[in-house]
Formats: sequence, structure tokens, C-alpha cells
Amino acid sequence: MDLTILTAKGIIILVIFAVTLGIAAYSTYAERKVAAFLQDRIGPNRAGPWGLLQPIADAGKMFFKEDFIPSQASKWLFILGPCLAMLTALMSSAVIPFSDTIRFAWNKVNYEVPIQAIEINIGVLYIFGVVSLGVYGIMVGGWASNNKFSLLGAIRAASQNISYEIALGLSLIAILMMTGSLSLRAIINEQATFFEWNVFTQPLGFVIFLTCAFAECNRTPFDLPECETELVGGYHTEYSSMKLGFYLFAEYINMFVSSAFISALYFGGFHYPFMSVVNGALENSLGAVTGHNIGTIISLVVFFGKIFFFIFFFMWVRWTLPRFRYDQLMNLGWKTFIPLAILNVVITGAGLLYNFKYSSWLIAIVMIVLAVMSTSRAPKREVIPQQS
Amino acid sequence: MSETLTFLKSLTPTGYLFLALTVITLFSAIGVVTARNPIYSVLALIATFFCLSGHYILLNAQFLAAVNIIVYAGAIMVLFLFTIMFLNLRKEDEESKTNLTKMASVVVGGILMVMLITIFRAKSAQVPTVSSQTFDAKTGLVENLGQLLYNDYILPFELASVLFLVAMVGAVMLGKREAGDRHF
Repeated sequence: MDLTILTAKGIIILVIFAVTLGIAAYSTYAERKVAAFLQDRIGPNRAGPWGLLQPIADAGKMFFKEDFIPSQASKWLFILGPCLAMLTALMSSAVIPFSDTIRFAWNKVNYEVPIQAIEINIGVLYIFGVVSLGVYGIMVGGWASNNKFSLLGAIRAASQNISYEIALGLSLIAILMMTGSLSLRAIINEQATFFEWNVFTQPLGFVIFLTCAFAECNRTPFDLPECETELVGGYHTEYSSMKLGFYLFAEYINMFVSSAFISALYFGGFHYPFMSVVNGALENSLGAVTGHNIGTIISLVVFFGKIFFFIFFFMWVRWTLPRFRYDQLMNLGWKTFIPLAILNVVITGAGLLYNFKYSSWLIAIVMIVLAVMSTSRAPKREVIPQQS
Repeated sequence: MSETLTFLKSLTPTGYLFLALTVITLFSAIGVVTARNPIYSVLALIATFFCLSGHYILLNAQFLAAVNIIVYAGAIMVLFLFTIMFLNLRKEDEESKTNLTKMASVVVGGILMVMLITIFRAKSAQVPTVSSQTFDAKTGLVENLGQLLYNDYILPFELASVLFLVAMVGAVMLGKREAGDRHF
């Protein structure tokens, strides 16, 4: 490979790594601010202006705490757990195409490097593989702690992740059928016009994917592996110091990465309405190199805007909805989402046969009609006055 | 010794990757068999699957590598780990390691080894060396695999999927709770 491209790639990989960590760190701050906002409080405001240095203070606190390993725990696996959680969380951002290409000239040779760590033709499968490995960190850590509650948390996490992975994969298959490619960049480029964003062509698939992403990240309303009221702290009960910090950090990285995937797969990635017009105007007025690069940077900003919206959405849901019961979680995954996702695949396939992209709306409309009918038929319950 | 050195010097980066992967694969595969604790055994098996996926990537079969990780490392081994954690096999179960089982496993393993060696040494199974004329870098990619599976091998492929369906239905039937059963 050309050394210049290699260097550019190396810089891009390092930047993506640093940005992932930075966004994860500031997600912890954002989470507390959002929680404070939703509960009508002020939130962290002591460290630095508006509490902006809070993540650094937290990290410092985590590092200087006592790093305790329980005497009955299996030591190496206890250390391996948080390492695996962090590793798998960081691996998945490698295939996200953050923006279009950057053009530059070096030694009189013109280069065009995409803003993406690796462009592989099995991008979606890569994500799916890494996501399915994410559960090992939790399982290994939970088992190695030699604690009943940790083990229960680990087992809950494992069964939840396995169950929701199936629906997640099936909802993706509809998109793969529409695009005909496993590459994320191809999927994004397919959504160049606004009304062909997959959220409009695949509304049901989007809802299923979003819910499964919540379950895969172990976020509320699916945070049963770390449910405080039942399991003390869940799988990380025995963890302290930066090992605990790694687990919490991995959760925020997962949240960032899944927000990026949701916006890439369903919300057009780095595309925005009238992007070709803007890019054409930029290239006409500033030249093919500078104009193109500025267009790329605008796309990058748009993509990050979408990502931040979804991170906010994750937090919004966390501080709004209560937790599911475990049997409800399993029923929702196996008896609702998997059949719906399979139906979605079938209907999308039938639609593609007749060159109609929006066939998935059929299921959505039928479901809405059924829901309205069942609520209107349900007997109206009188409000029973409370007896005191 | 000097022959080994010249051999090592003659290798391409791919060759070094292959050697490193092979060493890790063999060590983790030995770890699967020798580990006293079943959890370590399962983790070593996961490492083995990872190295095998690395080999697939070296052979330019990206799709196979990804599917290997998703299916084996991501799903089947999670279920293995899950079951072992539930059964809590931390105490060594000596009952299953009688002399008879040890001898039986040696015989079975030996037969498999002899069979594999015979197959690989047979003239008809010799893989031809790479020639730059017939080499196609895209053989292992998704498109070609799909074309091959759905054109030439459609019947075995569909039969295999029916077999999976039968196994799934069987598992559901076995796991179904009957009327009078207790919950756990």
C-alpha cells in the first residue's frame, strides 16, 4: 500500500479512536445534565465552567480509588472482563463511514482518502460479529467475581443479548435486500435523496433496530443486567476503581457506536437534504479540491449532529421509561420482534419484486389500525375512587 | 538452524501473519483440551475460533471469517459459557474421567488423526499450487459464494436448512414445559 495513504489512514484511525473516547467521556457529563434537566435539577456545575471538567474529575477519582480483587475471584478472568468489554466496544467504530472523501495532493500525486478507518465489503457483518462478542466482557467479569448477584447479572445480560441479536439481524436483512450490498458506505450512498432514507422506506425495521440497540447496550428500559433493586449492582457488583470505570465507559462507547449505526443505516449517514446542490455550489466557487473538502466537513458535522441526537434520545428514554420485567423482555424479543422482523423481510421482498420500496408501510398501517381497533373495543373502565 | 533462518527471512508479511496465527491457534487448541476448569476451556476455544477466522481472512474469505465469528464465537460459545456458568462446574467432576472414557477418547482421537493424515497425503486430495493465471482474489467474497450456493449447490443448501429447522423444532419440543411440570 502507498505510504501516504497508510499515513493518512493511520491519522484517521487515531482521530476516530480519540473522538470515540472523548464523546464517551462527555456522554457521562451529558447524561447527568440531561437527567438533571428532565428532573428539574441543576446537575454537575462545580468542576470548571458549567461543570465541563466533571468527566476529568470522575476519571481522576476512578484512578485513585483502591483497586480491589476479591480473594475467591479468579484473578485473570476478573481483569480480563473489563478489558474485553472495552476492546469490543472500541472495535466496532472501525467500519463507520463518518463522511465522504478528503482530497489532497502530496508530492504532485492526487489522493482521495475516505474518512473511515477500514472500508471492507462485509461492513454490516463485521458490526454484527463485534456486537455479538460484546457480551463476553460482561459474562467473564460477572462469573469471575464469584458473587451470586454478579453471576445473575451476567446470565441476564447473556440471554438478553442473544435474544435481541436475532431480531436485530433480521431487521438489518431488509435493508441489505434493498441495497444489495453489505458495505456501510454503499448503504449510505443508497440513501442520497431525502425520501429514500431507510427510515422512510423501512419504518418497522427502524423501530425494531432501535429497540434492539437499546437492549444490546443494556440501557433502560432493558438494563436488567445491572438492575439495582434486584441485583445490587449486577455484573459489576464486585468491581471497583478503573475496572468499574471501564465497564461504565464501555457502555457509553457502545451507545455512541449504536447511535452512529442508527444514523448511518436509517437516517442517511452523512447525507442531508440538498447536499448535491450545496456540494456543486462549493466545488464551482472554491475548486474541486477545497470545495470538495469543505463539503465533506459539512457532511461530517451533519453526521455528528445525527449521532448526538440519538445519544440524547438514549438518555431521554432512560430518564423517562421504567424498566421492563424480565419475562416481558423475553416475550417482547421472541414473540413480537422476531415474527415482525421476519414479516418485514417477506413484505420488503415482495415489494422489491414489483419495484415498490415503501411496502414496509403496509405492516405499519395494519398494526396502527389493529391497535386503534383493540383500544376502541376495550371496555371503558370507570375510574374507581380511592378509598382512604 | 541456518535453514530455518533463511526460511524465515524469505517469508512475506502474510507468511509471518500465518505463522503467528498458527502458533496461537495450536496453543489455544491445546489449552481447550488441557485446561482443568471448563470455563478456561471454553475461553480457549473462543480464541481458537478467532485465530481460524484470521486464517480465513488470509485466504481472502472475508465472508466465511465474519460468519465464523458471528455463529461460533458470538452465538454458540456464548450458549456454552452460559450453560457452564449455570451448571457451576467449578468443582472438578472426576466421575466422568474414568479410565474407560479416557481410553475411548484416545481411540476416537487417534482414528480421526490417522484418517486426516491419510486424506491429506492422498494423491487425489493434493491441492494444486497457486498460479497467477487462474488466481481470482474475489473467490471468497459474498457475491461469488452466493452465486455458487444458489446455483450449483441449491439442493444441498436447502436440505441443510431443512435439517436446521428440524433440529430447532425438536429443541423447542424437548424444552417445552408440560402441563404438570414445575417452573424450575
